[in-house]
Amino acid sequence: MWLRSASFVLDKRLQQQEPSSFFHDPRDSAQPPPPSPSVDPMDQNPDPNPNHGISAYYQTRAEHHAVVSSDWLAQAQAAIGRGAAPPSGCWPSAAASSAVAARTGSVGGGGGKPFSVIDEFNYWRKKPDLAEAVAAIMALAAVIRSSEATTMMELEIELKKASDTLKSWDTTSISLSAGCDLFMRYVTRTSALEYEDFDAAKLRLIERGEKFGEISLKARRTIAMLGQDFIFDSCTILVHGFSRVVFEVLKLAASNRKLFRVLCTEGRPDRTGLRFSNELAALGVPVKLLIDSAVAYSMDEVDMVFVGADGVVESGGIINMMGTYQIALVAHSMNKPVYVAAESYKFARLYPLDQKDLAPALRPIDFGVPIPSGVEVETSARDYTPPQYLTLLFTDLGVLTPSVVSDELIQLYL
Amino acid sequence: MELRRAPRTVIDPKVRQVGFITPGATLPPARSHSVPTDACSTSPPALDVSLPGSSISPVMIPPPRHASADGLSSLARSAATAAAPVPVPVPASHLRRDTVQIPVGSYNPSETLLGSSPMMSPSSGLDAGSEFSNEVPTSTWLGRRGSGKFASSFPATSGEMMAMKTTGGGGGGSTPKSSLTTASVVKALPGVSEKDGGALIEMQNEGTSKPQKQKTSKAERRAIQEAQRAAKAAAKEAGGVKPSASSGGAVPALKQGKVAKPSSQRKDGPQVTAPVTSSEKKVVDRLPEKDRKKDVPHPRMQFDDKHRVEKAKRRAVVNQSEARSRVELFRHLPQYIRGTQLPDLESKFFQLDPIHPSVYKVGLQYLSGDISGGNARCIAMLLAFKEAIKDYSTPPEKALVRDLTAKIGSYVSFFIECRPLSISMGNAIKFLKSRIAKLPHTLSESEAKSSLQSDIDRFINEKIVIADKVIVRHAVTKIRDGDVLLTYGSSSVVEMIFLYALELGKHFRVVVVDSRPKLDGQALLCRLVAKGLNCTYTHINAISYIMHEVTRVFLGASSVLSNGTVYSRVGTACVAMAAHAFQVPVLVCCEAYKFHERVQLDSICSNELGDPDVISKVPGWKDLNHLDNWADNENLQLLNLTYDATPSDYVSMIITDYGMLPPTSVPVLVREYRREHLWI
Repeated sequence: MWLRSASFVLDKRLQQQEPSSFFHDPRDSAQPPPPSPSVDPMDQNPDPNPNHGISAYYQTRAEHHAVVSSDWLAQAQAAIGRGAAPPSGCWPSAAASSAVAARTGSVGGGGGKPFSVIDEFNYWRKKPDLAEAVAAIMALAAVIRSSEATTMMELEIELKKASDTLKSWDTTSISLSAGCDLFMRYVTRTSALEYEDFDAAKLRLIERGEKFGEISLKARRTIAMLGQDFIFDSCTILVHGFSRVVFEVLKLAASNRKLFRVLCTEGRPDRTGLRFSNELAALGVPVKLLIDSAVAYSMDEVDMVFVGADGVVESGGIINMMGTYQIALVAHSMNKPVYVAAESYKFARLYPLDQKDLAPALRPIDFGVPIPSGVEVETSARDYTPPQYLTLLFTDLGVLTPSVVSDELIQLYL
Repeated sequence: MELRRAPRTVIDPKVRQVGFITPGATLPPARSHSVPTDACSTSPPALDVSLPGSSISPVMIPPPRHASADGLSSLARSAATAAAPVPVPVPASHLRRDTVQIPVGSYNPSETLLGSSPMMSPSSGLDAGSEFSNEVPTSTWLGRRGSGKFASSFPATSGEMMAMKTTGGGGGGSTPKSSLTTASVVKALPGVSEKDGGALIEMQNEGTSKPQKQKTSKAERRAIQEAQRAAKAAAKEAGGVKPSASSGGAVPALKQGKVAKPSSQRKDGPQVTAPVTSSEKKVVDRLPEKDRKKDVPHPRMQFDDKHRVEKAKRRAVVNQSEARSRVELFRHLPQYIRGTQLPDLESKFFQLDPIHPSVYKVGLQYLSGDISGGNARCIAMLLAFKEAIKDYSTPPEKALVRDLTAKIGSYVSFFIECRPLSISMGNAIKFLKSRIAKLPHTLSESEAKSSLQSDIDRFINEKIVIADKVIVRHAVTKIRDGDVLLTYGSSSVVEMIFLYALELGKHFRVVVVDSRPKLDGQALLCRLVAKGLNCTYTHINAISYIMHEVTRVFLGASSVLSNGTVYSRVGTACVAMAAHAFQVPVLVCCEAYKFHERVQLDSICSNELGDPDVISKVPGWKDLNHLDNWADNENLQLLNLTYDATPSDYVSMIITDYGMLPPTSVPVLVREYRREHLWI
């Protein structure tokens, strides 16, 4: 576990002041420690992650997908229990400092109601089943609800600010910013803005926001329905990383009594493959674990490759956990189909030209032994797979070829 | 559908689909009954048979009016537009229909007359034209323009039926005589001629149309005379050559059928191919097209078609002398001997009243090559139009909308004579014409003019200037410190990108790749170096050597076609391919107004030939004179292509004012935004 590795501890010590550190290590205690009141959310916005060694996105993922442990379960339970509480306003109240109030004051223009998108977002983010983008969508919906704006313009500006705050909270997360953008498009691109009555318009916005959240929540199920058709009896599927969507697809296929075999890569450095194989084995699906470098070795017995995606970019390629690109290359050269399961809120208006053309998301790697001095370590956590190596994308918009992604994005954003 | 009808560019072969016509007027529900089937099955044999027999020579094929670009067409057009709103009622019974068809008949004969006997009074032709507009032409047209295109479904109309009948019944006489007629081309297609015969007969039956003579304007008369002359000439040619030769054009004509010139050939193809079903639809479109046709020579005229070329030449202002030896594959493109026309044109300056001086000036600049580059040419053209509009006044008894459109059309044809239009210019013209057509009739002349001028300014500003800025913003995000950027030739947008990146303090190096004979990269190089950029200059021969150190390739484009093909300066494809081979991303920067829905697979079918002399002469090398008299050598042809097509496989990204797109998304952009935004 890199969370407990020496380098991580070191990092953590360095970032003692880091505001979001309280959710980095939830497994150390069943309850997330309350955020320190000294932290001023104002500061965290421009550069929420002062230490650029770790991507917040991958910290969240680590919390969600790390190998199951008892404290993780406890934390998950706690999160679910809290889910019953009304989502807006009340939860962060304890944590909210006067600074938060000041900020919402400036955002909402209204006054003293302590509400912070970030807190709201963090609350949703804790839920293990909720993707980060959906959490952001929920948080933004809450922004509308708790807004005290009195005009449409004001509300829009407020929403925009909130989404910018969220995006700047973690600039490395593609799905977070994509989810925020999409929410903005979906909510504001409606006739609501033309309503005479502000309250009616606001209601409509809330309605749309909630609908969007609902769609996003359901996306995984939709994809599972679409994707499981591609799994045929006695096929062998190679899976890389832990993707909840892919897991959903496989689960549905298994529950439909399809007989298939899964090869799981180990998924260094956070070994998400271990957890994946664990959950699959619980479903009774035959699983085999590979080390990441054994992909080419076992590719000839594979019928299809299934991967998730952190983000789907405009070219139709995907950004995903490190190692996806090489798996896609191997599969392509052996003429095996590569399927990507990704919700449409991961479609981002990005267009990387090559691997280095991305904001790097870094993640410390535990090599188990001390690294010799003077040796550099590649700590990037993800890579970009160009569209020509992908066969199909399973999304809640349907089964798409990579080139359609751009078409959908054009229709959404232009 | 309406949107689609907005006038299209001259360049576009599909132009014909489009029109100004209000859909409501043209689609009388009454016609919707399925006529064609009736026509086929029941067409009265007697009638058809009689047709050929009738005195008028059935052989003659009336030049399709729609096709003719000349004055004739314009006449017909004006008449047609006038008639347009009032659709001719089609009687339910097909028998009666014949009589109804009068307009058709009347029209056709006139044309035939033109062809055979120039003596006929032009006015008859005109009248016929006006009536004709309603239905008849469909059959001829239909065939020609690929059937599927028009969504607007005009129910099967009589015109089509006619065609059917004639083909079925007419059989006998027409074919043999055809050689005599102007439209010798037609010969191959008996159906056509027969139909015409049928038309003639009908016309006779009804003779009604003739009485209505109209006063013809000078221009109209001239146009008619020209048409007659052309007809004569064609007849002569036909006599000698026989149809197949002259009609070689027929095949290509299918594609371009759009506007143009020569009336007689136009009619060929259609009947033969015309699918009955499709034909119905087209009737509607016809009118609009007429409007458009004007005198503009077909921008993509096939220059291996002698007849047509001859015609075009006759009307041409610019006296371009054609080069003698031309490369086999490229005979369909115009190839001129350069440098001879300038003095000639200058001397004509004071005689060319129809052409506005500013237009004239820009045309000459095109000719001499002083203005080159897609954006520069387009802006110069638009500014010239703006000047012309400013000085324009509607002649008495004419509508501004019509007359100005025709005027612009004649300017455009002048530009085409100077240098073939680029696609960007075509789109701009399309835009301007649609603006003119959409002018509310309530506007006074001065208001209309000022609104058009501001439209032009807005187009230049939004579609070119601001679009460039947006492109630059996008492109700069792809430049990182330490990059080595390669560009080819001289593209204004790419230059702006480099300069902006420099302004932002990025550290990068530029490789300017150039090629003979234009060497326009040198100008770019000078400007970049003057700004303090670190540059490398090389020729395209060294592309594979230099490519390994390059990290990004930025290219400009003349146009991006809807299959993602990039149509750009010759050599671009080579650079893109080399970059692809070296795994270097290729970024094409192109404003969205240059996008075009055409699909092109090679650089042959549409291109532009430059002066072959410039490749044979190397400036500064006196001893390199092996090719000095190359024109005298029959076995030697020089090819100086201007553009080439880069397949989308070699393009990583297209940067437009709508953002960064993969080449696969070009059609989406064209589809989604062309209508409202690209043409405003």
